[in-house]
Amino acid sequence: MEGFGEVLKMYRKTEIINDSKAPPAEGFGEADMIINVGPQHPATHGVLHLVITLNGETIKNVEPHLGYIHRSIEKMCESLSYRQFIYVTSRMDYLSAHINNHACALCVEQGLQVEIPPRAQVIRVLMDELTRIASHELWLGAMAMDLGAFTPFFHAFRERESINDIMEETCGARLTMNYMVPGGVMHDLHPSFQQRVKDFMQLYKSKVHEYDEMLTGNIIFQNRMKNVGVLSAEDAISYGCTGPTARGSGVSCDVRKLYPYEIYNTLEFDEVLETGGDSFSRYMVRVREMQQSIRIIEQLIDNIPEGDFQTKTKAVLKLPKGEFYSRVETARGELGVYIVSEGATTPYRIKFRSPGFSNLSVLNHIAKGSKLGDLVAMMGTLDLVIPDIDR
Amino acid sequence: MWSFSNIANSIHEWLSNNFNPTWTIIIEMVIAGVAVISLFALLGLVLVIMERKVSAWMQIRLGPNRVGPKGMFQSLADTLKLLVKEGLTPGGADKFLFNLAPFIAMIVAMLLMAPIAFAKDFQLWDLNIGVLFVSAVSSIMVISILMAGWASNNKYSLMGAMRSGAQIVSYELSAGLSILAVVVMTGSLQVSEIIESQRNGWWIFKGHLPMLIAFVTFIIAVTAETNRAPFDLAEAESELTAGFHTEYSGMKFALFFLAEYVNVFIVCAIGATLFLGGWMPFHIGKWEGFNHVMDYIPSSIWFFGKTFFLIFLIMWFRWTFPRLRIDQLLNLEWKYLLPISMINLLIVTAMAILGWHF
Amino acid sequence: MFIKKYIQEIWGAVKSLLKGMRRTGYYFTHHKEIITQQYPDNRETLNLPERFKGEVVMPHDENNEHRCTGCQACELACPNGTIKVIFKNELNAEGKKKKAIDKLVYHLELCTMCNLCIEACPSDAIKMAQTFEHSVFDRNELTKILNNPGSKIMDGVE
Ligand code: SF4
Ligand code: SF4
Repeated sequence: MEGFGEVLKMYRKTEIINDSKAPPAEGFGEADMIINVGPQHPATHGVLHLVITLNGETIKNVEPHLGYIHRSIEKMCESLSYRQFIYVTSRMDYLSAHINNHACALCVEQGLQVEIPPRAQVIRVLMDELTRIASHELWLGAMAMDLGAFTPFFHAFRERESINDIMEETCGARLTMNYMVPGGVMHDLHPSFQQRVKDFMQLYKSKVHEYDEMLTGNIIFQNRMKNVGVLSAEDAISYGCTGPTARGSGVSCDVRKLYPYEIYNTLEFDEVLETGGDSFSRYMVRVREMQQSIRIIEQLIDNIPEGDFQTKTKAVLKLPKGEFYSRVETARGELGVYIVSEGATTPYRIKFRSPGFSNLSVLNHIAKGSKLGDLVAMMGTLDLVIPDIDR
Repeated sequence: MWSFSNIANSIHEWLSNNFNPTWTIIIEMVIAGVAVISLFALLGLVLVIMERKVSAWMQIRLGPNRVGPKGMFQSLADTLKLLVKEGLTPGGADKFLFNLAPFIAMIVAMLLMAPIAFAKDFQLWDLNIGVLFVSAVSSIMVISILMAGWASNNKYSLMGAMRSGAQIVSYELSAGLSILAVVVMTGSLQVSEIIESQRNGWWIFKGHLPMLIAFVTFIIAVTAETNRAPFDLAEAESELTAGFHTEYSGMKFALFFLAEYVNVFIVCAIGATLFLGGWMPFHIGKWEGFNHVMDYIPSSIWFFGKTFFLIFLIMWFRWTFPRLRIDQLLNLEWKYLLPISMINLLIVTAMAILGWHF
Repeated sequence: MFIKKYIQEIWGAVKSLLKGMRRTGYYFTHHKEIITQQYPDNRETLNLPERFKGEVVMPHDENNEHRCTGCQACELACPNGTIKVIFKNELNAEGKKKKAIDKLVYHLELCTMCNLCIEACPSDAIKMAQTFEHSVFDRNELTKILNNPGSKIMDGVE
C-alpha cells in the first residue's frame, strides 16, 4: 500500500491548498478529518458553525462556534426604556416572538406591581399557544426537510400560514408582532379573531393525520429517528436542557405547569412527557404538544371575558430599585428574563436565559459516535434557532 | 402507417440508392449520433419540467408558470442560464479529472441508449447480449462520480463520492439479479427477443408473484443506482450540501444534472422493456376486439407511455420519502433486497424449468 | 418464527411507505388544494388587514392640515431614533409667536414597525399605512418627511 501512496503523490501535481500547519487537536487520529458545517450550510438553518471531527462517516467531536449573529441584545436593552426594550426580544427567538415579549412584559409588570385585566390575560395565553403551534409547525417542516422529505415542509407551512394570517390581522405583523405591552396587550382582538381561530382549528384537525401518514408512521423516518441522539434524563438536567428537548428524556420541566403564570393554573392541559430520550421521543413530544395547545385554545376561545385589554400605565415607566425575574415556556424551552433596576427609566442590567443555548450544548454529547447523517436528525429535534442562541 | 421503423427504413433505402455502402453506414451513424444527442437534450428539458411540476403539485404549489404556456419552457430558460454561466474549476482541484468526470457521466448515459428499443423494429443496436451490456456499462457510472468527488479536492465531495461508490456497487447486485429473473424466463439476453417473448402477456403479469417481486426489487435498486431520493446520499443536500458535485458550476454541473435524468430515463426504459413488454401493446387473453384496438396505438407511444409511468413512480418516491442513512441503505440491500432477490431467482428458475407460467 | 417475522416486518414497512405515497398522490391529483398566491399578479385583489404595520404616515385632510402638535412624544417613544421633529416659529392670528413643526423626518430604513410611536402620539397625528413594497435604488429615498409641504396644524388640536 505504501507504494500506492507514492504513485498517488507523483500523479497529483496539484498541491492541496488550505493545508493547515496547526498541530492536530487532542484525540485527532491519522484517518480523521475536520469538516466545517456552516456558517453557510443548508442544514444549520442559520449561521451556526459546527466544526466536526469525522472518522469516515462517524462523528468524533462536534464543536459549535457561535457569534455569527450576535447583536448584543442584552446590552442594547440597557439603553432602552421599559416600553421600548420589549420589541427587541422578538428578534431573539423569532419563531416564538410573542412568548419572548410576554416574558419581558411579565417581568416589567412584576416590578410595576400592576394587575393585568382578565381579558388581556386570556388574549396573551391564546396568542402564546397559537405561536407555539406555528413554531412547532415550522420545526416539523424544517426537520423533515433536513431528513430529505421535502413535501411535509410545504404542508406544514399551510397551517402555519393561517396562524400568521390571524396574527397579521390582530397584531399587525406576521413574525415580530410586538403585541405585548406592560399592562396588557397593544390592541384589542380583531372582531373576526374568534371565527378565524376556529377555522384554523378545523383546518388543523382535518390535516393533522397527514403528518402521521407521511412522517410518524413512515418506516424510513422511524429508522432515522429512533435510537438516534439518545439523551438521558440525568444529562438533560445537568446540561440545563428545557422544553421539549428535556421532556423527550422524561424530565418534567414545563414552566406552565410548575410555575404557572397568567391563567395557566386554571386551564386543563397535560404536560407531554416521553421517556425514550432519542430523537423520536423529542419529535413525539412536539407533535403531541401541538395537540395540547389546541386543547388550551379550545377551552379559551369561546370564553374570552369582556373588559379592558390593557391597564392604564404611566407614560414613563420606572421600576423600583431591585431585581426581577420572570420565566415562561417558549416553544423551545424555558426563557428567563432577569432585570436589575436602579430605579431609573432604563434597566441597569438585563439577562436573558434562552433555551436554545443550553439545548445546543448537549449536541456534542449526543452526537459523539453517531453517523454524519444522524447529526441533522439531532439538530432538527433540538430545534435550534440561531438568533436565540447568540442574542 | 406512420411509424419510426418506416422512417428509418425509407432513410436507409434512399441512402443506399444514392451512396455506396460505406458512406451509407457513415451517414447513418452520424444521423444516429445526432438523434441520440438531440434526444438527450429533449429528455433533459422534458424530465426537468416534469419533475418540477410533479413536485410542485405534490407540495400544493403551482410550480414554474412564468416562461411559456404553463411554464413549459422553464427548463429551456434554465439551460440557457447554465450555458452562459462560468464553469469554475477550483484552485486545488485535479484539473484534468475534474473536467473529465461530467463527460464520462454523459458518455455512459449515451452508451446505454444503444440497445434500447424505442418502437417496433426501431433500435440502434440489437446486440445479442443487450441486457448484459446495459448492466455492464451502467456500472461505469460510478467511476465518473468517484472521479468528480476525488478531483474536486473537497471533503463534502469526497464523502459524497465514497457513499455513492458503496451504494452503486451494492445495489447493482440486486438490480442484476432481478434482471436475471427475466433472462431466465426468456432464455435470451437479446432485447428484441425479450420483447418478443412478451407478445402474449407482459412478464409482470405472466410471471405471477415472483416476477412482481423481481419488478419491485428492480425499481428499488435502480432508484438507488441513479442516486435518486430516498437514496440520494451522494448528494444529501442537508448533510453534504451537494455531495459529489458541490464544486461544479455552469455547464459542467448541467451535464451531471442531465446525466442523472437521462439515467433515470434509461433505467425506466429497461424496466419497461423487461417487465412491461417494451413497445408491446397491452393484450388481454382472448379479447380479440380489445386487443385489436390496442394494436392501433403506435408502438412508440406504448414504449414511452410505460417508461414515463415508471419515471413518474420514481419521482413519486422522491417527493414522498425521507432519505435513508448510509448504514441503513446498505442494510436494506444486504439484509433484505439481496436475499429476497436470490430466493426469488431460484423460484423463477424453478418456474421456468417446470413451465409454470402462461 | 424467524421467517414469519421477517416477512411481517417487510410487509409493515411497505404498507407504511404506501400510506405516504397515497397522501402525496392525493395532492398530486387534487389541484384545488394548491395554496400558492401569485403575488405580483394579485396586487389588485391583495388586501392587507387594516392593522398591518407597513410604514408610518401622517394623514392630511383636504385643506392640507394635519393633527401634529409637535409634542415630540413619538420621538421619545421610538426605540431607535427613527423620527425627528424639526420646529419652526410661526405667527398665529394674533401675531404671537407659536412653535409648530417644520418637518417630521421619518427614516424608513431604521423603522422596525413596532407601533410604539403611534401608541404614544397624544393627538393621533400619525398612523400605520398598509404599504409594503418599500425597495428603492437609493437609500436617501427612504428618509421621508411625513408632513406635506406647506401643511398646517388643524384647528382645535392642542
Ligand atoms: S414604528 Fe417603532 S421604530 Fe418605527 S418610527 Fe414608530 S416607534 Fe420608531
Ligand atoms: S406625531 Fe404625534 S407624537 Fe409626534 S410630534 Fe406630532 S403630535 Fe407629537
